[in-house]
Amino acid sequence: MNNDIKNVLIVGVGGQGVLLASEVLSETAMLAGLDVKKSEVHGMSQRGGVVSSHVKFGTKVYSPIIPYGQSDIIVSFEQAEALRSIEWLKKNGLIATSRTKLVPPIASSGKFFYPDDPIAELKAKVKRVIALDADKIALELGNPRLVNILLLGVISDELGFDSTIWNDAIKKRVKPKFVDINLVAFAKGKELAKESKTVSA
Amino acid sequence: MLPAVDPGELFSYNIINKRTINCRDKNMKNFLSGNEAVARGALEAGIKLAAAYPGTPSTEILENIAYKFPSIYSQWSPNEKVAFEVGIGASLGGARTLVTMKHVGLNVAADPFMTFAYTGVGGGFVIVSADDPEMHSSQNEQDNRFYAKFAQIPFLEPSDSQESKDFVKLACEISEQFDTPVMLRMTTRISHSKGIVQEGEPIEPPAEGFKRDMNKYVMIPSNARKRHVVVAERLEKLQKYSEETELNYIEDNGSDIGIITGGIAYQYGKDNLPEADYLKIGFGFPLPLNKIRKFVDSHKTTLIIEELEPYYEEQIKAAGINVEGKKYFSNLGELSPYKVALGFKEAGIIDKVAMAEFEPEQLFPRPPVLCPGCPHRAPFMALKKLKVPVTGDIGCYTLAVLPPLSIMDTCICMGASIGNAIGMEKVNPDENGTAAVIGDSTFLHSGITGLLDAVYNKSNITVVILDNRITAMTGGQHNPATGQTLMGEKTKEVNLVELCKALGVESVHEVDPYDYQATLDVLKTELKKPGPSVVITNKPCVLMPKRVMDKPYEVILDECNGCSACFRIGCPAISTSKELTKRNRPKAIIDPLLCTGCAVCAQICKPEAIVLVPEPVVVR
Repeated sequence: MNNDIKNVLIVGVGGQGVLLASEVLSETAMLAGLDVKKSEVHGMSQRGGVVSSHVKFGTKVYSPIIPYGQSDIIVSFEQAEALRSIEWLKKNGLIATSRTKLVPPIASSGKFFYPDDPIAELKAKVKRVIALDADKIALELGNPRLVNILLLGVISDELGFDSTIWNDAIKKRVKPKFVDINLVAFAKGKELAKESKTVSA
Repeated sequence: MLPAVDPGELFSYNIINKRTINCRDKNMKNFLSGNEAVARGALEAGIKLAAAYPGTPSTEILENIAYKFPSIYSQWSPNEKVAFEVGIGASLGGARTLVTMKHVGLNVAADPFMTFAYTGVGGGFVIVSADDPEMHSSQNEQDNRFYAKFAQIPFLEPSDSQESKDFVKLACEISEQFDTPVMLRMTTRISHSKGIVQEGEPIEPPAEGFKRDMNKYVMIPSNARKRHVVVAERLEKLQKYSEETELNYIEDNGSDIGIITGGIAYQYGKDNLPEADYLKIGFGFPLPLNKIRKFVDSHKTTLIIEELEPYYEEQIKAAGINVEGKKYFSNLGELSPYKVALGFKEAGIIDKVAMAEFEPEQLFPRPPVLCPGCPHRAPFMALKKLKVPVTGDIGCYTLAVLPPLSIMDTCICMGASIGNAIGMEKVNPDENGTAAVIGDSTFLHSGITGLLDAVYNKSNITVVILDNRITAMTGGQHNPATGQTLMGEKTKEVNLVELCKALGVESVHEVDPYDYQATLDVLKTELKKPGPSVVITNKPCVLMPKRVMDKPYEVILDECNGCSACFRIGCPAISTSKELTKRNRPKAIIDPLLCTGCAVCAQICKPEAIVLVPEPVVVR
């Protein structure tokens, strides 16, 4: 088996920036000299459906799909989607999620219900959870759409790439006029991850 | 205060694609999707013309060619058949040619496809068939490898982005060497997965021009009979090539387990059993049966892993080689590393399969929905109220079949709504009328002939053309109604009203789909009228080519009686609030960031609780 492969699953809802986040992460791994593959299905992504992106990197990557129970990290931009994705998480894996709550119309139909507290359910099952008010933090930083790069900052130390590589990847993948603000968001995420570790320790 | 940001701008998939032009690596190594790689392959192979009709998962190939490599002439055609025929013309004109389509698109183009296999090519001709196992965005999961066999033409099947690029040029060479069109068979996982691609230098193949050859290109019966003989002789040569080509290679790891596989299934095999021996099929028709026989004979156990149908397996077994495949790997849906592991376990070559550590959660579904402010919403609300049969078609509006709108009775293939309605009305006329619903791009693709049938055969149906001026479901491509070509030139916009009148429809009406009452009234009148009529909605897509955003609406909670009428229109901006009525029914709330101000909900709110958000306007 390819034991040196790292698997990261990024999930959210159409329009939340899942694809850009997985582009930046893939670019980072590529700049670090690793083989990288990623996979997502985005035919319906603009219509409010679930979007998930599998990113795998290591010496040699074969399939672009993460098997169940093999994801080292799950990054989620929506709290219920974090809960939905735990099938992919490794035993000691990390989940970093925004507390964002997006209730689909179908949950107003009376047939389905949005869980009262997905984060609490998540924490009851998974040891390593970082949950952030990422929307609020992104807004404070100046743009609600920074949630994706902010959360990449949160998981960055877990993956061991140099900060300069991350920054180069952001510069390469993000539109020039948004680069600076995304670099700030990334640094903020990194800092918040450290704080959250201090709190849980 | 927030900076002004176009919400689509930061995250559009296409924008990301465009950006990769400016960040190309010096060593020519880039991170490309299978579709981006095919586009790059087209450049490197010296393709001169590329034509297609958009269809998931094939769409991004032509988008990438148009955006990144404008030296290649590229175009959207009204449908796959026309795209294919344009391609034939270019090939006979001596140019290397690429046509792309989703699997079901090849059904539309099957007529020219089957006969072009007889005539052979001028310049190299590559047909990309992008299949959709698992039906992520399709109506069936047909396995188009059988089409290549059916037409007796070769197909190549890549298993990653690198091969997707390399195989375009190889396909061109094979096409010219054997005088045959060649299929490049992709699947969703190959098209939409990304990997590192080592790029090469583009070549400039000699343009030879059209060489008149009526015996070869005019398929009257006397010529076609002779060409069928040529096809049979060509097949023998291809058979020999298949045995020799390195596209069908053996990975010898000294194992007594042998795996015969191709496409994405190869990767799933390697994920689970990297140490087995592999016979990887890159050239899938005709199959290298001698090579396969030797491979099987030299292994204690051999398995076939292939996604969808037992295409290899049937031919291998027919050749008297006894190898199992579908016994262990289902022909339904996509394969995955997990499914392949289960198959290996069942076949007794691995002991255990890694399982999920955490139980999956049973949560509410999150089906795709019509966007907030979608101009298709009110016409469906009206049709629901009128309680008529609604034959449907393929596009964003097919989402109206899902709850809570749940108003669509059929969806078969592109353009089928009109024919379906004609037949249904002939045998079972509904007193309230019969409606066919179709989008602008689908109508132009293959709805026009259906409408002509309705006129010709005096059908009493009402055709609703949801004209949003874009091919929205596949991500916003231009079509003959948008006034712009794929390469960004201004062009003639087809006038749908005049077109329908010219076909002989006497009753043609345009309506503003944001005016619910007007939409309801015109549909009610037209549905009752004898003879065919057409109702055309006239508002653009709210997402593309630009976001439509007006002042948002809000719910005055004191006025809301919890009647739930606004929940039933399926707008993602409307949800239940925490406030309850006296009868414990949840009141509605509108997300001001999602609301586009279309006001359709306000028009159906009986207590008039939905009103414009008062100034100052909410910050977006």
